[in-house]
Amino acid sequence: MNIRLRRRMVNVLALSASLAAMAFGLAWLVSILWNVISLGIGGISVSLFTLETPPPGASGGLGNAIVGSVIMVGLATLIGTPIGILAGIYLAEYGRRSWLGSVTRFVNDMLLSAPSIVIGLFVYAIVVARFGGFSGWAGVLALTLLLLPVVVRTTENMLLLVPNSLREAAIALGAPRYRVISGVTLRAARAGVITGVLLALARISGETAPLLFTSLSNQFWSFKMSEPMANLPVTIFKFAMSPFEDWQRLAWAGVFLITLGVLLLNILARTLFKDELK
Amino acid sequence: MAAGEKPAGEALAGRHLARTPMAIAHARIDRLFGWLTQGIAALVLALLAGIIVSLVVSAWPSIERFGFDFLTSTEWNPPKERFGALVPAYGTLVTSIIALVIAVPVSFGIALFLTELSPVWLKRPLGTAIELLAAIPSIVYGMWGLLVFSPLFGEYAQPWLAATLGRLPLIGGLFSGPPIGIGLLCAGIILAIMIIPFIASVMRDVFELTPPLLKESAYGLGATTWEVMSGVVLPYTRAGVVGGIMLGLGRALGETMAVTFVIGNTNMLQNFSLFQSGNSITSALANEFAEASPGLHTAALIELGLILFVITLLVLAASKAMLARMARSEGAAA
Repeated sequence: MNIRLRRRMVNVLALSASLAAMAFGLAWLVSILWNVISLGIGGISVSLFTLETPPPGASGGLGNAIVGSVIMVGLATLIGTPIGILAGIYLAEYGRRSWLGSVTRFVNDMLLSAPSIVIGLFVYAIVVARFGGFSGWAGVLALTLLLLPVVVRTTENMLLLVPNSLREAAIALGAPRYRVISGVTLRAARAGVITGVLLALARISGETAPLLFTSLSNQFWSFKMSEPMANLPVTIFKFAMSPFEDWQRLAWAGVFLITLGVLLLNILARTLFKDELK
Repeated sequence: MAAGEKPAGEALAGRHLARTPMAIAHARIDRLFGWLTQGIAALVLALLAGIIVSLVVSAWPSIERFGFDFLTSTEWNPPKERFGALVPAYGTLVTSIIALVIAVPVSFGIALFLTELSPVWLKRPLGTAIELLAAIPSIVYGMWGLLVFSPLFGEYAQPWLAATLGRLPLIGGLFSGPPIGIGLLCAGIILAIMIIPFIASVMRDVFELTPPLLKESAYGLGATTWEVMSGVVLPYTRAGVVGGIMLGLGRALGETMAVTFVIGNTNMLQNFSLFQSGNSITSALANEFAEASPGLHTAALIELGLILFVITLLVLAASKAMLARMARSEGAAA
């Protein structure tokens, strides 16, 4: 066969396959979003937010699960963010070349991709098994441990983007190091750090596996952090796996809420970051 | 805080200021702040050690009782307190392999499209769309997989697979049995969809690292886009591509909710068919752990988690090493 023709045909074939792969990837995204919206939006009502999770056959909502999730995710973010930022500052400002810096960076990357269910097991082993049972605090701890590596990683990366001349200028003016970091470099990297926190928040708000054996779940309104606490992901898991149709309908509504929240957080983080970089 | 041990820089800069109370206070806060950040960084380090130690301690009754047999026994019988990891380990391995077989070529195609084919104005939105696929929580994939995908899969795709691939000699056995939708193959496909964005975005990032000069030279010699890709870009970025695949594998091994929904959750294996239900390490944990009786059952489940953790750590470390090699060779070339 004519070699030029053959080369061109191979090229066209490969590029069409590439186009098909792109379409394949997008098709899943569209299909999942479409199903989540069309099956979930019907379940959105006021009672979804105000009533507690019902027994099968009765009417109810997801109010206690939503509130429980908001409390746990909120606390985890409040606790994890400052810790993560401080560790990120160490990696970027103090420990760039030290052994502690490189080992911590490596370990942080491992934790970033480690299976979240193992974090759940860890919290079970050190908290639940030792201090008398499943509790909201155990869930908060598990979520904090999942949020931490994301914040550390983005804080470090964003601080590294700050040009050294800014640091040198501030030091030359006689500013002490902590002032240089808090007033100049961290401030310059602010948008990026906030982006990281938002992405981490998005990640933990959909996490189910680490909550299964830490906070467990609760059928009723629960505000005591020392007791099993209702939360959206575990409730969805329970309801979706059940054979009851009204439970499955609630689960679709819950999945719709979570997906919407997570995607909005992601888009918000991206636009925020893009605007501030300009 | 002996005054004689000041770092050289501070001594020089503070020559006139050193004795004012303000400067002393600043220096003190400075040191405290440095220690604080260092201590917290060390905390992150201690976390990994803490996880491994606590899992080993909690799994010890099971490790002591079953020893190495834990890895080779297929029996999982809580009432009789006989536990073996082979069935869930097999499920984890098989679903991850299926996921990679599907996800690697698709991710490569997507990365190729994003770097070489896409018009510039489409690159960002398409890249973002693929990354959003990674942001969707796994429970959404799981529920969608169970209630939407698996019925369609069992009704249309599985009979078709059984009628085509199932007829082939050697691999026919993999595609046999009743088409019930859920099972190992379904879990593998859902996993593939979940890891495509991870692999694709790493591949795209490393492809973009190829120096334009190399690509332009090849184009200048008359190479087609595909030839530039397979003959220049891919060899140049090989380490990074493998690193991206390993990252995807790490994700697939540890994914819990999506798999738990669709794998079928049975601790028995009749044959090698991919259509049958199974169990993975993560799905066994998700289903049984909260209800496991304290003692040997819990310990055996934690040992499963420990095995999973060690394997994913090894895979992720390998991935990181490959990506670091890629970054180094990039640095050397620049």
